[in-house]
Amino acid sequence: MTKEECKQVVLDIISDIAPDESLDGLKHDVRLRDQLDLDSMDFLDIVMELRKQHGIEVPEEDYPQLASLDSCAEYLTPKFNAVSA
Amino acid sequence: MTGVGLTSPLGDDLPTFRKALIEGRAHIENIEMRYMGTVHAGVCHFDAKRYQSRRELRNSTRVGSVSIYCAREAVKAAGLDWEAVEKSRVGVYLGITEHGNVETENEVFNISQFNYDTRYWTHHHNPRTVANNPAGEVTLNMGITGPHYTIGAACAAGNAGIIQAYFMLRLGEVDLALAGGVSESIRTFGIFAGFKSQGALAVHEDPNKASRPFDKARNGIVVSEGGAIYTMERLSDARARGAHILAEIIGYHMNSDAVDAVLPNATRQAECMRAAIAKAGLTPADIDIVNTHATSTPQGDIQECEAIRAVFPVETCPRTRVNNTKGYIGHAMGAAGALELAGNLPAFEDGWVHPCINVDDLDPACDTGNLVLNQAEQHPEIRTILNNSFGMLGINSSLIVKKFAD
Repeated sequence: MTKEECKQVVLDIISDIAPDESLDGLKHDVRLRDQLDLDSMDFLDIVMELRKQHGIEVPEEDYPQLASLDSCAEYLTPKFNAVSA
Repeated sequence: MTGVGLTSPLGDDLPTFRKALIEGRAHIENIEMRYMGTVHAGVCHFDAKRYQSRRELRNSTRVGSVSIYCAREAVKAAGLDWEAVEKSRVGVYLGITEHGNVETENEVFNISQFNYDTRYWTHHHNPRTVANNPAGEVTLNMGITGPHYTIGAACAAGNAGIIQAYFMLRLGEVDLALAGGVSESIRTFGIFAGFKSQGALAVHEDPNKASRPFDKARNGIVVSEGGAIYTMERLSDARARGAHILAEIIGYHMNSDAVDAVLPNATRQAECMRAAIAKAGLTPADIDIVNTHATSTPQGDIQECEAIRAVFPVETCPRTRVNNTKGYIGHAMGAAGALELAGNLPAFEDGWVHPCINVDDLDPACDTGNLVLNQAEQHPEIRTILNNSFGMLGINSSLIVKKFAD
């Protein structure tokens, strides 16, 4: 999986969690919470969907790694590749 | 009472609901229930997106959506300028039969898909299942900062929510109350399975004939969802703002059977009605309509009719007419009392008393002598309504409202 594909997975999950939000023009290097109406429960939803849909665990101490799309891709891409290996 | 918002299997506003009652039209559907197959149910089809964003709906409980819809509609019906209302002086008091079964069952099913690994249990579980959830969701949606809570009162809950609001208004704790009863019970298999095991779940080849209080062939309850929430104000405040007054609360009572967890008790029910009538400063002969609880169970209907005969003998109460609403919509559980009162309130203006329907063969044990059967009746003037709501663990409630007259 490439980092761009990883970002798309995260965007798909966010579009389910925050269906009223427009994801067009999202800046990849800016915190998601600064661009979207997401609260802490929404971030837990992202963690849950990564677990349910993709078998990926994000330990609590790593939650800050999900701050922006770029940091998500940086952190999650190796995990996706490890799961599919 | 200056406004009501409702959702029912017969429609999502009072005029639509009322029209079906006067025309004698039931609306019960067959739905597929997890683990059980096809069951009869009263289903609401209100537009939840009218007052909630898609994101709110995703996190909300069903009963939260029912409550928000009814509360918003009630405020609209009352002609209140919501922006100008002081939100810290608004209280939300909602009666519930039960809460949390739907959400818990869904999560148990969810983790069953993951070999019962509790890491897959949702973090939304606790906010969705706390007992104040329906009332709390209303405050979040409407920006209300006054008190909110639910009143757990089995199937007497609709009346109990209204009575609680009456107390809080009289105590001066709030200036406006949003109060009534709500239910999401058709989303939990446990309620259906429980009634079935108890031999109290209705079955009929025509779902619209399944709920048939007072008929010889009645065989149990049809479970329904729904809600009815009233805007309630002190009479002086309502008059000062020139509000249209739907009804004035003049009497109430609640008591307990203290006998059996599920079987009702005619003696205590009669005591409850008499106490409410006494508080209203009336005699039984002054009551024009009695809306019975009448769940369509073989034993429950007989007990209530025995109580009605004791309190409202036809010889001394010639004006009193007795009906029920569950023949149309089934048993809306926590919403039942509030919803059934709403269905009768327009009688103050149109003079119609809606009938008990589906009574093809009246059970002599239910014949109180003053039942309105199968055809609506027109009366010159309806001035008072007594609304009964009873529930498990032997909880009884009677509420009396009168037509407002200057």
